[in-house]
Amino acid sequence: MASIFDKSLKGVAVPHRKNTEDSATQVMPVPDKVYIVMSQHMGPPCEVKVSPGDLVKVGQILGNSEAFLSAPIHSSVSGTVKAIDEITMPNGVRSKAVVIETDKLQELHEDIKKPNITDKASFLDAVKSSGMVGLGGAGFPAHVKFNPKNIDEVDTLIINAAECEPYITSDYRTIMEEADEVLDGIRHIMKHLELTRCYIGIEDNKPKAVEKLREMVKGMQGVGVVSLKSKYPQGAEKVLIYETTGRVVVEGKLPADVGAIVTNVTTAAGLSKYFKDGLPLISKRLTVDGGAVANPQNVKVLIGTPIKEVIDFCGGCKVEPKKILMGGPMMGMAVYDESYPVLKNNNAILAFDESQVEYYSETDCIRCGRCVRSCPMNLMPLRIDDCFNRSDIEGLKEYKVNLCMECGCCAYVCPAKRHLVQTHRLAKVRLRVASKPA
Amino acid sequence: MNSLTIASSPHFRAPQTTRVIMRDVLIALAPALLVSVMVFGVPALVVVVVCAAASVLFEYLYRKLMHLPQTAGDMSAAVTGVLLAFNLPVTIPLWMAVIGCFVAVVIVKQLFGGLGKNFANPAIVGRIVLLISFATPMTNWLLPRNSVTPDITTGATPLAVMSGGGAVPNPLEMLLGNIGGSFGETSALALLIGGAYLIARKVITATTPLAFIGTVFVLSWLLGADPVFHILAGGVMLGAIFMATDYVTTPTTETGKLIFGVGCGLLTVIIRLYGSYPEGVSFAILIMNIITPHIDRLTAIKAFGGAPAK
Repeated sequence: MASIFDKSLKGVAVPHRKNTEDSATQVMPVPDKVYIVMSQHMGPPCEVKVSPGDLVKVGQILGNSEAFLSAPIHSSVSGTVKAIDEITMPNGVRSKAVVIETDKLQELHEDIKKPNITDKASFLDAVKSSGMVGLGGAGFPAHVKFNPKNIDEVDTLIINAAECEPYITSDYRTIMEEADEVLDGIRHIMKHLELTRCYIGIEDNKPKAVEKLREMVKGMQGVGVVSLKSKYPQGAEKVLIYETTGRVVVEGKLPADVGAIVTNVTTAAGLSKYFKDGLPLISKRLTVDGGAVANPQNVKVLIGTPIKEVIDFCGGCKVEPKKILMGGPMMGMAVYDESYPVLKNNNAILAFDESQVEYYSETDCIRCGRCVRSCPMNLMPLRIDDCFNRSDIEGLKEYKVNLCMECGCCAYVCPAKRHLVQTHRLAKVRLRVASKPA
Repeated sequence: MNSLTIASSPHFRAPQTTRVIMRDVLIALAPALLVSVMVFGVPALVVVVVCAAASVLFEYLYRKLMHLPQTAGDMSAAVTGVLLAFNLPVTIPLWMAVIGCFVAVVIVKQLFGGLGKNFANPAIVGRIVLLISFATPMTNWLLPRNSVTPDITTGATPLAVMSGGGAVPNPLEMLLGNIGGSFGETSALALLIGGAYLIARKVITATTPLAFIGTVFVLSWLLGADPVFHILAGGVMLGAIFMATDYVTTPTTETGKLIFGVGCGLLTVIIRLYGSYPEGVSFAILIMNIITPHIDRLTAIKAFGGAPAK
């Protein structure tokens, strides 16, 4: 129980299970085929710019879009386009995917060169061309995030190195293996967006990383490391901003409105590498873990590699997997088929065996209030659940289900095993439908 | 190809279940039960077992007859039965106790929709109904075996003695439980141990018990009565620790729980000092249960960064 003097936001203490934290990243060889999905970011999907039979090279643009909230998608391999498939993503949405048969040569496309960055405009162009999206999992196009309308009011960069989900250690490995790139990326962002301060928020369950970062930021003006209490969900954007700076992002507003921009630590490192060699976002560091995996470890994977091959590279499944997740156990998405490909915004593949997967039957809510005591957004999940079941739309509005970030804290602690996150998602849909003009 | 499970996040949960919580409550009541058996003998155990069994049976039969999902296994009925038993005199005819269980489990709980939907604490209402229906047997309190004579005799509880103007037992006796009364009401120390266990297991917070007991202490003192006597006598300890902390019928937020505890304390003292019943805890809790939805509305938490409602 937090004391009444504790100003921190609520949350839950989930088990860390950082089994792979000391696993140095292994590079996975080029697979035979990759499936580059056209929807790997927040926003409308990209349009396919190649056709079957085309020869493509590494870094070539496969998909692009005129939409504001979008980022180009590049080929991670060189080879021949076999087909343009339509695949169903785990959340049910259909998207096109470019299927490429690789030639294992990894020839670079001619347009790949170090970007020329002279000012903010060329900086933003370069970020867009890199195809960089939020690599913490949300997939928000980076160049859009760096260019809010009120950029002049923004003075603070917050680097998200929290990595609050159990199992995942890929951001931690970024810090341990590519700390120079992280800091270089920070320098670039701060310089071109004219930001005076930077807070690196990191959970205290990573003492070596905290130590290393503290040592490295010593010479940097305005950059500090904030060690956060290890409590899920410290990595959530609004939570992180509040815990590092005390600023509250109000309903309907964005971080830029409180003068902050949040960027994942691996995104910062990725940008640094792009600014040096011009190679866009084509590979990802993933944590592969879970009871079904023979050799849990961190791997560097080309985007579009099927999940099954990634697991095979890690020794394959020692027992039959019952559930495979993209992401962590608190907010990750369950995958219906092992052949589904790796996306830009994945940072973990977890394969659980029979003993780790339980289907929970809901029992009655006993109004114990544990959900209320754990919600970082100060919502009252038991009331939202009740309003949803009674189809009380006004109640859903009053209890602000729209502020729910689906972090899973409420469902995690509920002793009645109620499917609260599922209910909240459905409640949001109900609200949206009800708000539409007739 | 094997079939993978698809489900909504989160994909794992904390281990605590409703049944585990109920089991913890039963464990917390064990010290008080032990003292009661030592003080009043095996009949005490019989009443508890009969009440627990009857309650579970009533819930099982009701759910079966009404073709509803079976919930008798979640142990909430067992807890209701034990708490009701703790409110009864050891001499109560068993058929009467069973009627009390019926009122508590079927009428107050199941008819309103089962676990989580009852408007008032089932054990409290069960006790009140029995008190009003069978006044004499419900006030036939056993004195402890080793007090005046080695045989079992009946006599007045400390509260009844006090309201009749007599001399009351000293605080140490009341703390340890060597006094007359319903057997759950006698050993304050055993109940406090149970309460400490529940707080350590994070089943309850200390807010309601402290508010309830604290208010009884302060108010009785302000009104010229003996505060130590009042917190140890009657059902305050049992009520504050085990009944006023029932999740379903009490407020959800800590502020709400504070208001609830204070309200219970206020009503308890007022009924004791100015009402005609020597004991006010049951009625106080019932009234506060009924007011709980309003307390909840008043103390709803404001969302983090929530804009004011239009």
